[in-house]
Amino acid sequence: MGYGSRMAKKPELLPGTLDMLILKTLTRAPLHGYGIALSIKRLSSNVLTVEEGSLYPALQRLLLQSWVKAEWRMTETNRRARFYTLTAAGRKQLESELSQFEQMIAAIGRVLSGPQEA
Amino acid sequence: MKKLAILFRRGQFHSELDEEMAFHRAQVEQELIDRGMTPEDARYAAMRQFGNAARLSDQSQELVSFRVETVLQDLHFALRQWKKNPGIALAAILILALGMGTSLSIFGFVDAALLEPLPYANPGRLMSVNESNVESPRWPLSYPDYLDWQRLNKSFSSLDVYSGAGYLLRTPSGVKPVQAERVSGSFFRTLGVHLMLGRDFYPGEDRLGGPDVVILSYGDWIDRFGARRDVVGQTADLDNRAYTIIGVLPQTFSFAPGGNAEFWVPINALSPHEHSRTFYNFGGIGRLRDGVTIEAAQAEMTAIERQLQRQYGITGRDLSANVVPLAEIIIGDVRPVLLTLLGGAGLLLLIATLNAAGLVLVRSESRKREVAVRRALGASRSRLVRQFVTEGLVLAVLGSLAGMMVAGGMMRPLAHLVPKDMASNMPFLEGVGLNAHTGALAAAIALMAALLLAVTPTLRLSFNDVRGALADATPGAASRLWRKLGANLVVAELSVAVVLLAGAGLLGQSLYRLLHVPLGFDPNHLATLQVMAPGTAYKTDEQTVGLYREVVRRISRLPGVESVGMTSMLPAQCDCASDRIQFPGRPYHGEHNEVDERHVSAAYLATLKTRLVRGRLFTDREDASMPGVAVINQALARRYFPGQDPIGQRIADDEFGTPHVWEIVGVVDDVREGPLDSDIQPTEYFPLNQTLDHGFSLAVRTRQAPGTLLPVLVSTLHQIDPSLGVSDEATMNEQIDATQAALLHRFSAWLVGGFAAMALVLGGVGLYGLIAYSVSQRRREIGIRMALGAQRSSVYRLVMLQSGWLTLAGLAIGLVCSVGASVVMRNLLFGLQPWDPLTLASVAVLLALVSIAASFLPAHRAASVNPTDALRME
Repeated sequence: MGYGSRMAKKPELLPGTLDMLILKTLTRAPLHGYGIALSIKRLSSNVLTVEEGSLYPALQRLLLQSWVKAEWRMTETNRRARFYTLTAAGRKQLESELSQFEQMIAAIGRVLSGPQEA
Repeated sequence: MKKLAILFRRGQFHSELDEEMAFHRAQVEQELIDRGMTPEDARYAAMRQFGNAARLSDQSQELVSFRVETVLQDLHFALRQWKKNPGIALAAILILALGMGTSLSIFGFVDAALLEPLPYANPGRLMSVNESNVESPRWPLSYPDYLDWQRLNKSFSSLDVYSGAGYLLRTPSGVKPVQAERVSGSFFRTLGVHLMLGRDFYPGEDRLGGPDVVILSYGDWIDRFGARRDVVGQTADLDNRAYTIIGVLPQTFSFAPGGNAEFWVPINALSPHEHSRTFYNFGGIGRLRDGVTIEAAQAEMTAIERQLQRQYGITGRDLSANVVPLAEIIIGDVRPVLLTLLGGAGLLLLIATLNAAGLVLVRSESRKREVAVRRALGASRSRLVRQFVTEGLVLAVLGSLAGMMVAGGMMRPLAHLVPKDMASNMPFLEGVGLNAHTGALAAAIALMAALLLAVTPTLRLSFNDVRGALADATPGAASRLWRKLGANLVVAELSVAVVLLAGAGLLGQSLYRLLHVPLGFDPNHLATLQVMAPGTAYKTDEQTVGLYREVVRRISRLPGVESVGMTSMLPAQCDCASDRIQFPGRPYHGEHNEVDERHVSAAYLATLKTRLVRGRLFTDREDASMPGVAVINQALARRYFPGQDPIGQRIADDEFGTPHVWEIVGVVDDVREGPLDSDIQPTEYFPLNQTLDHGFSLAVRTRQAPGTLLPVLVSTLHQIDPSLGVSDEATMNEQIDATQAALLHRFSAWLVGGFAAMALVLGGVGLYGLIAYSVSQRRREIGIRMALGAQRSSVYRLVMLQSGWLTLAGLAIGLVCSVGASVVMRNLLFGLQPWDPLTLASVAVLLALVSIAASFLPAHRAASVNPTDALRME
C-alpha cells in the first residue's frame, strides 16, 4: 500500500482492503479524513494504522468513483474540515467488497485447517 | 467527467487538498500535545508522520491530473531542444510544408474541376447532341435538322441549340467587339438555370421575327452595367440594333462550349445560309426523359437523321447522330491529366512524410543517451513516449500549418497559369482555393503526418533497453529495419526525381524548339489586330472594298510603316478555316481534299515577307467583278500538282452551296498557318477583295518597335470609321506566344519542372537523412578504423561510396522509367526523341551533384570523429 509498506514494523493492511475499511467506517456517520483514520485505529485496537499517504489517495479514488461524496463543514472546534459521506453506490460497493472478502477469508481458512477426512 | 471538472478548477482543488491535509496535521499535532509532547516536538512529529506533504499532494493529484501540465513541460523541452539544434526540425517542417502544400493545391484543382457538379439541374441527364460522321464524331447541327429532330424525337424532354456570334457593342467609349451566344428559346430551361434578375425567354421569342431581347452574363452585368438592379428594361446596342435587356444570369452559371459569351440572344433571325439544311452551325444539348438510356436516345436520333437524309436527298455526307453526356464534353479531355497530376501529388506527399519521419528518426538516434539516462533516473516508458509523441505532434502541426499556407499561396497563381482554352473547360477554376474540401483533406493529412511522426521515434524505444543503449552494443533490430527500408525509400525517391527531371528537361527542350520552329515568314516588327466591320454599314461590295482600300491608304501613311496586309486569319493560330476543294477537269470519286483557306489582301503575303516561288501575287484590282484567282502554297502544289506547273490550273470549291472556280496565279513558300506543333497543311489564298470578309486581321510591318505602333493603329481605324470593332491588338510575336500550342507546352514544362525540383529536394534530403543515420550508427566502427590508422580521406570515401551506390541505383532505375514515361508523353514532345541523350546526361550529372552535396555533411562529420571519443563514448 504505497508508503505504508515501507515502515513495515506494523502489520500491513491486506492489499485492497483499505477502501473497504473506509467505506465501512463511513456507514456509521460522515467523517473527515482524520476522523476516519482515528476510527480505524481505535476499532482495530491500534493494530491497523492508516498512513496519511495511503488515506488521501484512497479517498480521492473513492471520490472519483462516486462511492463517497465530500463537503466542507465546521467541526465542533469551529474549524473547517472536509467531511466524507457514503453514497448509495458506495453502499453497494461495500456490500460486494464485503462478500468477496468473506469468501476469501473462508477459503484461506479451509486451506489452513487442512484436508477434511471424507 | 469528474476528472475534467477537477482539471478546470485545478487551482481550487490544490488548495482544498492542502487545507484538508493541514487540518489533519493539526489534529495529529493536537493529539500529540494532549499526550504530553511539547508543541515544538508535536509539530515535528506530526510532520514526519505525515510524510512528504508535497509528494502526497502530487500523488493525489496525479490520480486526477489530466496530464496537461506534463504536456506543457514536454512542449517547453522540445522547443528548447530545437532552439539549440534547429536544423532537423526546420528541415522536417519544410519538407512537410512542401509536400502538403503541393498536394493540397493539386487537390484543390482536381476538386474544383472534377468533383464540383456542373451548375445545372440534374446534370447527369443533360446530353450533348450532335450529328456525326466518320471523320468527326461531333458535327454541328443545321437549323432545319434541329427543328425536325425536335419534332420527331421521343427521347428528350427538351432539345436546344446554341451558336457563337460576335457583335459590336456600342459603348460610351466606342465600339467594342463582344462575344455572344445565340440560343434557342428553352435553352436555359433545359439546363435548369434560374436567372438571377429578370426573366428567361418567353416561348414565342425564338421564332423567326421575334423581338430583340438579350440576357446578360453575370460578369457582363458587373463589368459593363455596374451591377445595377434596374438594368432590366434598358437597351444594349448590338450591331446597331437595340436589344432590350430582359434578365441577368446567376454568378454560378457557366457554359464551357459557349466560351465567355456576355450576351445571350434568342435565335429569331437566321442568316440565309442558316436556312439551308446542309449548313451546320449549331451545337445541341438535350435533357433525356426519365427512363430513357443514352444508347436508346442515340439509336433513335441516328434513325431520325438517316430518315431525314433519305427524305431530303442529302448526299456527300453520311451523317448519323451522337449523344454523349454534356459533362464528358466539358470535362472529358481534362480528366486524365488531372488524375495523373493528383497521383503525382499523392506520391510527392507520401515521400515527403516518409522523409520527415526519417529525419525525426535520425534525430531520435542522436538522443539515445538522453533517453537512456532519463530511463535510468526513473522516467516511465509512458512518460518518454509522451515526450516523443508531443514533439512529433508539434512538428506535424507546424508542418501542416506551413503546408496550408503554401497551398493557399500557390493555388491562385497556379490557376492563372492555366492556358485560357483549358481554363474555359474547367468551370469552377474561379472557386479554387482553401475551402471545405481542401480543409478536410488538410486535416486528414495533418493527422496522418502526426501519427507517423509521433510513432516513428517510439518504435526505437520499444526495441531498445536501457542497458543496451548505454553500452551501445550492436545496432538493434529497429535500426537494421530502418536501414533497409530507408535505403529502398531513398532509391525510390531518387528514381522518381530522375524521371521528373528527365521529363522536365525534355519538355523544356520541346518548348524551345516549338518556339523556334520555322514559320515561313518573318514575325518580327509586325503589329497585328482584329477588325470587325458592321454588316449594316458595309452592305455592298463597293463599300467593303472601299473600306479595305481606305484602311491600307491611311495606315501606310503612318510614320515607320513599311507595308500593310489583311487576312481572314493570322498565321500560327489554328487549322480551323478549311475548305474542301475539287479540281475541274479531273475525275472526282468523292475524295476528301481538305485544305486551309485564307482570304488575304494583295499586299499581305509580301508584308509577311513570304517568298514567292512561282507566278505572281494578287493585285488590288482583282475584285468581285473579275474571275476568281488564287495563290497556293508549296504543300498544296506538291500534293495536288506533283511534277506539274500549277499556274493556270483551277481549283473549285463550294461556298455554302454556290460553286466557285479559282484560277491559280502563284505559288508561295509554306507559311505556318496552323498551330506550331502541327504539320503545314496545303493552303489556298483568295483575294480579300473577292471574298469580302467583314471580319479580318490586320498585319502591319513597321521599322520601329511594333508595340509602339498599336495605339496609333487603333486610333487611325477609329478615325476611318468609329463603328469599326477593333480588338486584340498585339505584336505578331506576342500572338504566337499566346497560341494554345505554345501555352500548353509552356504550362507542362513549368509544371513538370516544378515537380522535378521538389522531387530533387526531397530526394536529396532523404539521402542526407539516411546517410546521417547510418553514420551515427557506425561511429564506433569508424572510430576503430581511424584508431587502426585509416586516413580521413578513406572515411570520406566510405561514406560517400555508400551514398554513391544508392544514387547509382536510383539513377539506373530512374533512367529506365523515364524513357518509358517519355514514350507515353510523346504527344507533348516536339522535335525530340524520348531518349534524348543530352537530357539524360544532364539529369545524371545533376543527380550526382545533389548526392555529393547531400552526403558531404555526414561524411565530414564522420571524418572529424575523434577516434578515442568514439571508442570511449560508446
